[in-house]
This record gives sequence, structure tokens and C-alpha cells, in this order.
Amino acid sequence: MSRYPGAIDCDIHPTVPGIESLLPYMDDYWQEAFVSRGIDGLEMASYPPGAPISCRADWRPAKGRPAADAATIARQSLDVMGTALAICNPLTGGQVAVSESMGAAVCRAVNDWICKEFLDKDARFRASIVVPPQSPELAVEEIERRAPDRRFVQVMIPVAVEMMLGRRYYWPLLAACEKHGLPLGLHAGSLHRYPTTSNGWSSHYIQDYVSHSQTFEDQLLSLIHEGAFLKFPGLRVVLIESGVSWLPGFLWRAIKTWRGVRAEVPYVKRSPAEIVREHVRLTAQPFDAPDAAAVARIIEMIDSDAMLLFATDYPHWQFEGDRAVPEGVATPVLAKMLIDNPIATYPRLKENPTWA
Amino acid sequence: MGLTLERDVGTAPAETKTRLRIIDCDIHPYLRTPRDLDQFLSARWRQHLAEYGKGTRGIYAGRGTYPRFMPNTCRRDAWPAGGGLPGSEVDFIRSQHLDPNDVEFGVLEPLLEGNSPRNVELQAALCSAFNDWQVTHFTDLEPRLRASILVPQDDAEAAVAEIEKRAADPRFAQIQLSSRTPEPLGRKRYWPIFASAERAKLPIGLHVGGPSAAAPSASGWPSFYVEEHQVLSHSMPTQAASLILEGVFDRYPNLKLILIEGGFAWVPSLGWRLDANVAKMRSEVPHLKLKPSEYLRRNLWYATQPIEEPEHPQHLRTIFDWIGWDRIVYSSDYPHWDYDDPRLAIKIAMSDGERRAIFRGNAEQIYRFT
Repeated sequence: MSRYPGAIDCDIHPTVPGIESLLPYMDDYWQEAFVSRGIDGLEMASYPPGAPISCRADWRPAKGRPAADAATIARQSLDVMGTALAICNPLTGGQVAVSESMGAAVCRAVNDWICKEFLDKDARFRASIVVPPQSPELAVEEIERRAPDRRFVQVMIPVAVEMMLGRRYYWPLLAACEKHGLPLGLHAGSLHRYPTTSNGWSSHYIQDYVSHSQTFEDQLLSLIHEGAFLKFPGLRVVLIESGVSWLPGFLWRAIKTWRGVRAEVPYVKRSPAEIVREHVRLTAQPFDAPDAAAVARIIEMIDSDAMLLFATDYPHWQFEGDRAVPEGVATPVLAKMLIDNPIATYPRLKENPTWA
Repeated sequence: MGLTLERDVGTAPAETKTRLRIIDCDIHPYLRTPRDLDQFLSARWRQHLAEYGKGTRGIYAGRGTYPRFMPNTCRRDAWPAGGGLPGSEVDFIRSQHLDPNDVEFGVLEPLLEGNSPRNVELQAALCSAFNDWQVTHFTDLEPRLRASILVPQDDAEAAVAEIEKRAADPRFAQIQLSSRTPEPLGRKRYWPIFASAERAKLPIGLHVGGPSAAAPSASGWPSFYVEEHQVLSHSMPTQAASLILEGVFDRYPNLKLILIEGGFAWVPSLGWRLDANVAKMRSEVPHLKLKPSEYLRRNLWYATQPIEEPEHPQHLRTIFDWIGWDRIVYSSDYPHWDYDDPRLAIKIAMSDGERRAIFRGNAEQIYRFT
């Protein structure tokens, strides 16, 4: 008996086994470049492969990379959970490369690899189009190349990029997402163009990881106050692996600050909380609350049953056994999290042939 | 100071005696004129300031990077009738804030970039000058006001010297640091300051703002004050996490820090998030003796202003419950525009004990008021 029959898992992480897996999806120039220069090991610093959180111990293979093939993921997660659909969010170094052309080459290869190794092998998989945030122009090219395949349901970038995301520099990327009905997924992680905290580089990985929620807050403020949601009213943003319990305090502060100095952004005529509740969704893994009472109270504070999306964050270590949802999530909220909210957030999921 | 509108500043609100004499942990003193500092600076530094300015990390030579929304960030009605900046006249501070609100003690938090120059020798000279100025222009005129020992935080040796110079002086209630230090505050370079604070039994008031060497966000520079004003408060959880993870509170278990003007709704979530991740990655911080959330409840206090305003006011009580009623201290931020009136700011019903803890009792446990 599976734990969450029919659930839609909005965040799983297939791992690229190594550069050799991507070479078949690269042109001659890049194949030559990666081989002759000996470039491999492009895992993001935001997820050190050996860090306990990067893979739960019982999912870590004796050798090789975890979550590296469709059968393993199906066995360790989809079958156990009863997942109907799972969105693959591969975290690879293409998105952080300092060279935008190399970054784009890796992103293209990752998207093609996901297609061949996951989407084509198990009908339960869906995927995000990973794009190079280093170049909105190349990101748009990649969206245009991959969007026709309806199994790609989202565009994904790390949350900490090279500028605040609401800036006009990124508007072509936001426009492409809106045009194709693809939410923009922001995943915990950084291009490390700036220190990981506003006080500089922290000493500990734990602090880097914990601090990502701050960058999610920063990017929401940027998108709101630069007017991105006014320019692109159909844009949906999904915060992936941001945690959840930071959200109410953020909303309160955003309302208060906007009320105080909204004359600076006169075009923002609705409260930031209202804008966030309309345009923004969060994967509910991790949740970051200690017990059922706190979980219930945080959900009450969020005051929206539409915002949370079920996710396991597999193979990252967020929970034990099969208890992917913390206690304290009331049954009606859980039902929406598991199926309704993901479908409403990712319109392409409705096209699942097994539901036709 | 640029233009100000000609206007009648009106009269102070009618005196309403509250039953409780309160302690205000955040009052900002300002210079009537920059010349007021001259008597406390050597000719060498007066010349330096005239020629090069303070040399902070901002983009403008003589003002902050993000223009605020009010002149000098202050309440429109806080400008003294006789001229000078808000917060620069003791008489007016007394009649507008201390008397009507029955403030028994008010802790001065000078925000005049004394600790912001990149040149640490200038930092040391300015901090010492601001410390002399606080006692001469404020605490000696109004004993309810207590000064902060501003220290050149980027040069620990000089900072310790300044602390030791002032520590025995009862006119100083705390040591003041800025929340946006150039490096995370848990780093070893700052440890001598903590050792000195613990030795002197003085708390550290960590006030929001300061001279960070990093961008306001891990994704760069926000465009607007409406963003930056909120983003700035991230320096508080960042410093709390850094102090905890670097083992500062294990090494200095009696250290007390008050986080001032950084909000507090983030405290529970930070504790839960740190606890969850430290539990999984204990191997990175084997030196920690307690769970991170336990240090948040043992070594840190949180000032109220700007008060959190949940969409449903009762959730403020939940936040206080989660943080601990013994951790919250009232602050007004006088004379800034987002000043919190002690009679109006906290919009939930409180018991006498709860009110007393926040408006007085907790601060008495932290500060030295003699």
C-alpha cells in the first residue's frame, strides 16, 4: 500500500551520473571541449554530493551517483509514495557556469538527457526545462526549443542568480515562461556571484543552506516591486525547496513596508500578500516546523489552501521513511496539496493521458 | 540636510501617564550640526573628514545608497522648533517622547556611521568621538538616557580598547554593533569583542544597518528602498545563525545580544530550520553543545520595533509564544518615521505580567541601569 496514492510530486532530483552521460547530447565543439579539457565534476556548490542532506543515507548507492536512473527513482520513491506524476528538477552546473555558452550547452544536454533517460522510460515523469540564467537570450532559445514537448511543465533556475530577478534584464525570460504557460521554478541554490549572505560568505554549509529562504524572499520582493507581475499577469512562480514556515512573517513585513513607502512603486496597487497568493506557489518540502501544532498554525497563517505543492525533494534528506508530509496538515489541505494544487499550478499536467 | 517643508510642528500630545514606567531600547541621537563632533576629534581626523569624507562602502560620497522616504528618515513632527535635526535636542526628546510615554530609561543607538569607514583608524576615532558626544550632549543632560559604546568593530583590538575605556562608566548601558558587519559576526575576528563584553558584563545591542562588504541579497542589489528596507532585516537571522554555528555562545555562554530593529517574526522559523539541518549535518558543527533554537532562547533578545503586524492580529501572540515572552523588549525607534508608540504598537490584549515583561522587566534583566 503506497503512502500517497495518486500524488503529484513537484520536486525530485535525478542526478546526472557524469559528463559522459551528457556528451551524446552535445555538438562536436562541446564534446571536444569537455573531453580534451577534462571538464567534469560540475555539481553545484549549493549541494555538495557528499553532504548528508544531498542524499538520504538509505537512498545512497554503494558506488556511483544516487537517483541516477529512472528505475532507481521509481523503486525508491514513486512506487513507495504512489506517485502519479513526478517533476524532475536536475541540479547541475550548467546553470551556474561563468561562461554563458558553456552553461547553455550543459543545460541543453541535461534537458535532452532527461527526455531520453526519464521521460521516455517511465510515463510518470515530467520535467523542468533547465535554462542558463547567465543569459536570458540563451535561456529563451532553450525554452523555445523544448517547450513544444508537453512533458516539460516548468522552467527552472537557481534562486540566487546574477541580478535581482524582477529587473528588466530578465523580462524576456519571464515573457517566454508566460507565453508557454510554464511556471518559473526557482530552486534553492546559488550562482555564487555574490556571498551567500548579506553579511558575506558564511563558514558553514548549514548556514548557506538555511539562508536560501532569504533569497527567495528577496526575489519575491524584486518581482513584485519591479512590476514583473503587472507586465506578465499570467506568470506563475514556484519556490522549490525554500522551506515554508518563513512565509507568513515575510508576507506581514512585505505588507507593512509596502504600506509605508508604496509611493516609491506607485504602480503596485495591490498588497504584496495578495500578489504572492495569486502568482506564487511553494513546494512543501522541507516545511521547517517542529510539530503538528506549529505546522497547523503556519498553514492557518498562510491563509490559502492553494499555495502548497506536495514534494518529496527526493533524494535529498528531508524526512524519514515514507512520511513526506509533516503531521498537522489537515486532510482537506493535504488533498489539495497532493493533486489539485499541482494541477492548477502546472497546466500541462492536465494533459496526462492516463486521466483522459 | 536638504529641503524641509515649512510647517507648524504643533504641540506634544497631552501627557498621559501610563501605569508602567517603561524602558525603550532604541532612541536615535543626532548631531545638531556636524560641528558638534569636532571637539571630540583630533585635527588630523577633522581634516580627513573634510577632504575625503567617511569612506564607507556606499555609492554616494555623502549619503546612503538607498534614499529613504523622509528627510533624515525621521517623523515629520520630530523636527525641533528651534532648528537642528530630530533627535538632536534633549529638551524636545524629553517633551515629545520620554515624558508623555513615561520612559524611565532610554538606550541611545547612534547611527552616524561611526563604525562604517573602511579605514579602521578613522572608525576608531569616530566611535570614540561619538561616545564622548553621547555623554556630553545627552546623558549628562538627561540621566534617563543611556549611551551605547560604539566600537570600531572591524578592528577587534581597538574595539576592546574602547570597551575597556568605557565599561566602568554607568552612563553606558551596552556595546553597540551594526547588524551588517563586513563578515558574519560569528567569525573569529570578532571574538575578542565578545570576550570583552562578557568580562565587562555588558550586553551587545546589534542594531540593524551598517557597512557590510556584501550585496544586500545573495542575488545582488535590489532597486528600491521598499525592497532594501525589508531585505536589510535578513542581516539579523544571518548574524544569529553565524554566532550559533561558529560556537560563539558555547565559548561565551553569558553573552547577551539584543537584536534591534530587525523584526522578530523570523525567529521561530530560523530556529526550526537550523535545528532540522543541524540534526542532519551535525558532522559539520560537532562543537555545538545545544540545539540552535536553544541559543536563540538563551543568549538573544529581540526588540519590538518595527512591530510585526500579522494579517490576523492574534498571530502576534503566537509569535511571542514561540519566541518566549521573556525574550522581547520594547523599542520605539524615536525619532524615525516608523516610530512605534508604546500605547498603540502592540495590538493584542496582554496580561499585566506580559506587558510588564515586554515594556520593562526583560530589559532590566539585560541592561545595566545604575
